[in-house]
Amino acid sequence: MSRVQNAVIGSVKTVLGWMPERWLPGGTPDPLIGRHGEVGRQASRLDGPQKVQGKARFSAEVAMEGMCYAALINSPITRGRIARLDTAAAEAAPGVVLVLTHRNMPRLEIVPVMSITNMGAVGNSALPILQDDQIRYNGQVIALVLAETQEQADHAATLVGIGYEEAPARTRFEEAKSSARSLASIMVEKNQVSVGDAPRELQQAPYSVDNIYRTPGHNHAAIELHAVTTAWDGDALTLHDSTQAIAPTANALAKLFGVKREGVRVLSPFVGGGFGGKAFWDHQVVAIAAARIAARPVRLMLSREAVYRMIGGRTPTEQRVALAADHEGKFTAVVHTGYSVMPTYAVCPEQYSLGSRAAYRSKTYQFGQRHLDLDVVPNTYMRGPGESVGSFAMESAVDELAHQMAIDPIELRRRNEPDKHPLSGTAFSQRGVLEAYRMGAERFGWDQRSAQPGTRRDGEWLTGMGCATGSFPYVRMPAGAVRIHLTKGGQATVSCSAQDMGMGTSTVQSQHAADRLGLPLDAITFEMGDSDLPPAPMAGGSAQTVSIAAAIAAAADKLAGELLRLAGNASPVAGLRAGEVRLVDGSLVSLENPSRRDSFHAILSRAGREAVAVTASASAPLEMLKFAMQSMSAIFCEARVSEVTGEVRVTRLLGSFDCGTILNPKTAASQFRGGMIMGLGMALTEETLFDERSGRIMNANLADYHIPAHLDVPEIDVIWTGIPDPRSPLGARGIGEVGITGVAAAIANAVFNATGKRVRDLPLTLDKLL
Amino acid sequence: MIPFTFARATSPEDALGLAALEGHRLLGGGTNLVDLMRKGVEHPVTLVDVTALSSDISETAQGGLLIGGATRNTALAAHPLVRTRYPVLSRAILAGASAQIRNMATVAGNILQRSRCAYFNDPAASRCNKRLPGSGCDAREGLNRYHAILGGSASCISAHPSDMCVALVALDAQVHLLGLAGARTVPLAEFYRLPGETPQIETVMAPGEIITAIELPPLPVAARSAYRKVRDRASYAFALVSVAACASVQDGVLTELRLAFGGIAPKPWRALRAEQALLGGPVTRDAVFAAMDLELAEAAPLAGNAFKLELARRTAFAVLADLTGETA
Amino acid sequence: MAISVNGTDIPIPDDPRVSLLDLLRERAHLTGTKVGCNQGACGACTVLVDGERVLSCLTLAVQADGRTVTTIEGLGDGATLHPLQQAFIDHDGFQCGYCTPGQICAAVAMLRELQGGVPSYVTADLAGPGAPTAEEIRERMSGNLCRCGAHNGIVEAILQVAKEQAA
Repeated sequence: MSRVQNAVIGSVKTVLGWMPERWLPGGTPDPLIGRHGEVGRQASRLDGPQKVQGKARFSAEVAMEGMCYAALINSPITRGRIARLDTAAAEAAPGVVLVLTHRNMPRLEIVPVMSITNMGAVGNSALPILQDDQIRYNGQVIALVLAETQEQADHAATLVGIGYEEAPARTRFEEAKSSARSLASIMVEKNQVSVGDAPRELQQAPYSVDNIYRTPGHNHAAIELHAVTTAWDGDALTLHDSTQAIAPTANALAKLFGVKREGVRVLSPFVGGGFGGKAFWDHQVVAIAAARIAARPVRLMLSREAVYRMIGGRTPTEQRVALAADHEGKFTAVVHTGYSVMPTYAVCPEQYSLGSRAAYRSKTYQFGQRHLDLDVVPNTYMRGPGESVGSFAMESAVDELAHQMAIDPIELRRRNEPDKHPLSGTAFSQRGVLEAYRMGAERFGWDQRSAQPGTRRDGEWLTGMGCATGSFPYVRMPAGAVRIHLTKGGQATVSCSAQDMGMGTSTVQSQHAADRLGLPLDAITFEMGDSDLPPAPMAGGSAQTVSIAAAIAAAADKLAGELLRLAGNASPVAGLRAGEVRLVDGSLVSLENPSRRDSFHAILSRAGREAVAVTASASAPLEMLKFAMQSMSAIFCEARVSEVTGEVRVTRLLGSFDCGTILNPKTAASQFRGGMIMGLGMALTEETLFDERSGRIMNANLADYHIPAHLDVPEIDVIWTGIPDPRSPLGARGIGEVGITGVAAAIANAVFNATGKRVRDLPLTLDKLL
Repeated sequence: MIPFTFARATSPEDALGLAALEGHRLLGGGTNLVDLMRKGVEHPVTLVDVTALSSDISETAQGGLLIGGATRNTALAAHPLVRTRYPVLSRAILAGASAQIRNMATVAGNILQRSRCAYFNDPAASRCNKRLPGSGCDAREGLNRYHAILGGSASCISAHPSDMCVALVALDAQVHLLGLAGARTVPLAEFYRLPGETPQIETVMAPGEIITAIELPPLPVAARSAYRKVRDRASYAFALVSVAACASVQDGVLTELRLAFGGIAPKPWRALRAEQALLGGPVTRDAVFAAMDLELAEAAPLAGNAFKLELARRTAFAVLADLTGETA
Repeated sequence: MAISVNGTDIPIPDDPRVSLLDLLRERAHLTGTKVGCNQGACGACTVLVDGERVLSCLTLAVQADGRTVTTIEGLGDGATLHPLQQAFIDHDGFQCGYCTPGQICAAVAMLRELQGGVPSYVTADLAGPGAPTAEEIRERMSGNLCRCGAHNGIVEAILQVAKEQAA
């Protein structure tokens, strides 16, 4: 991300600002908005029966003839080099097929890393993989052992003799602050932004807060471990992977291993949880290299420990939020700055200040992030990157200011609600966060909250309520394609290389395709999870649903055109163009005169065709640049804090969402809840314990890295405004990540309301409340 | 995991023979040992499955309970006599681990489970005197939130992870041991050794000895008993502090008291000093806090775990108040 | 030397290091049982051994010699789903589906434990029978982690089946 990028994005935005809205995609709202069909229906997951019977086959579950098993060795030191390497004992151990180290690893280029300017790239790390004797972070893979059984491989890995020459490592957050970097841009935004004189306003304002908030490292902790099953057949490569990025992975592998793209097939029909952690890391590369050298199929499943050591998580942050307000409660300064870790070889800037830039109207602003270059596993995107931790800081601060001013925190937010993007002045496509607050407050019983902290109790338990705003930007990825294959019998197969990590992609897109193509739901087959299908973008940024929806819309248009061409001059719809018809009830129907119609069956029969197929790509996602678009939420929490032990229990949690059209209430509610529960974990228990002396993660397991257990999770109420976004496909915005945002602040604010204690340092463990 | 030989003991004598083998480990439910073998902390050459030994729970002539060492944790917690006569033991077991693990784990295995110290469990990269005597202790100046505030030494500050054993020491449980030299009985409170200079030696068991049973004496006061576990997750997490207590009150004063703590020491910690101080007096906040100050007089808290002092005092008072009908 | 898995005898492997989990997945190709941590911390590998829920990752296959093992593939009768399987679909008790087989197996045994009077840490009266309340189910299912956050649906699904069984 560079100054050049800032300039390019800046000028594109400027040009778009001059263009009339109707020229842009989304300028005319999607005709499916507001139509009653399959979209919006409470459909159960189509892959449910497979999943509950254990028949859904994940990447480590594919059987192959002659398969062998891999075990990895991860560096126990943080910086230095391998001074001694003795593989003889391991090679001689029973069942061992291969010991792969930097000595016999093929020489490979660096994998291009994902970035805003290279959306097709997929790498999470710009470091070489097993190319030299250098150790660059604790946990780096340094060898792979291949054997006939997993037990043999695991044992042989302990027999590899390795001597290390240690070098000084940069591992301390506080020490690294003095040499922090300032990137020119954070995602698509200029990094350091100052509007007006915020420091002066902070000094002069009658009300102000100015505090430091800290969040620790987090791990995605998907229950499925990262795993591949892979085999070569000559120069053809098959990779069964658990990945959020099927097509980009296939592209990267073809390039990396110098083979034809058509010869690389990546399959990932099911992903056992991703949350940002399942893209492209070192394990795929070493497994594929080993399979090639050994000329055997290889299965590699990371150990849970290796997931923590080799797959980066969310960086720790230290954020400053300062707010100033005048006597009316209007903000005169909004400041959000801070530090987080991002080694030079990592890709994720943890954009915690971006949400704050679009949140409130103010007289002055100051934003900017600085990054620390530590020798750690490259941090990466994790659910709600930036906003999850950023909203903790900002929304805690708003609560603090409201308390200081003795104003209801919702009212304080209402007084500072912007009517356009506060920095750019861009119009919002649609923004209903105040409506979300109104609905949520009423349903939650916010009027029962005591404004005075520490005044409600139930035995030893102090109780309180808190709220916070969550937000996540709308993203639609460019260049997604789908194929639609329509038979004379009225069966449609919609295909693309999309991935499902549990969002319900196939279910929702089948519902969408049914409406878009004018067919019943059971006439739709949605094919996905295979790089041989038309390429879908990676699943990230809560963007997959609208990205694929836009591609299906484009393909449906193309299909209409193709059907019109095949319909011929005798057809009732002869002479109409694609934009002048709809696909309804298995027919092409004139928009202007619905009595003019011709069925797919009749058209294809007359043309002597059994089926017709089209492939099309989505339009460029220019609506993202023309409008300020975000999913938003109002989160409400009721928490209890033991006066004896300081233990926190969340007893009620409500999310009121404003995310455009909700395509499937059942799966959407689950996704919102899932995000909120991850937010609950972030608030109460989750912390990657990093020993700064050694640079090593010390809780690389699920017993000591505490994700919420059933007893931690109350019944979670989820509601939404359902107001369609006029600028997006189907009127929908992303829902995968907004759920986690705002939750930690709502909980911390409830804990403050219960106890009068303000904790600005996550997680809210009991020792901070004793 | 290194290759090993698997053997199944079908009788105590059989087990003794196998336990005489160099490099053996006794296998119960495997919930701790198998994990340690995978991590490379334990590497037995012979694994002796002792789950076929006694898992009976029977009343003793004195009116106590004799519990076979191979009894599964769930079976003990769910036993009607345990639930009515020693509820603190049921509750403590049920506070530990998960239902699946309690179904697998044996009573003897629970007693002999090993440290959850992150450095102990990290043979690849961390120093630990318990795992490798003389190598040093990375916990003392490292991440020690879960570690002991009492009973630790310069060489080791790891805390005992069991919940069940906290209740057992409160109940004056006896450990029945069998060795080639014969059978003997040791109070659980004296069964564990504090780390001192030899943290690798955790119990008074002689080489080749096995645990055959646990005996609970008759203890009427235990019918009024409680276990409270304070932890980072609402369930399925190790204790930061836990309290087991049995108490009876007459005319407003404590006439009988058993008090033990988990999470704060290298062994389940029987709080005899606090018991002495409290007996004969009322359960008041001041009295309990003063008694706890006596108990914690030698505490040596570290950067990460000093909060346990206050947490132990408060939890002790809350449990005793609740048990004796005082309001906390 | 065999384990009866869903009614079929599977020989004990020669290597005693092989866990019941690896035996099921890699040798018997019963991949419905999942591996989430291989260290007893997540519950994804839960199966029923002689009807009781255990962790197959920490069970050595050789220890299960002569026992009866039921996995997710052995629930239901092939044609129809087990009531809990159907209830998980109806209540959307999963997203990615990876922890699901472990959750369902655990729930099957958990309801039996409840009916058999096994108490839990949150059972108020240890002497009395437990009741299938949401809180009881949450405590008793806490050994099965879910990262997608399907907890509410899982608890609802189990509550519904508990009610049906009681009726």
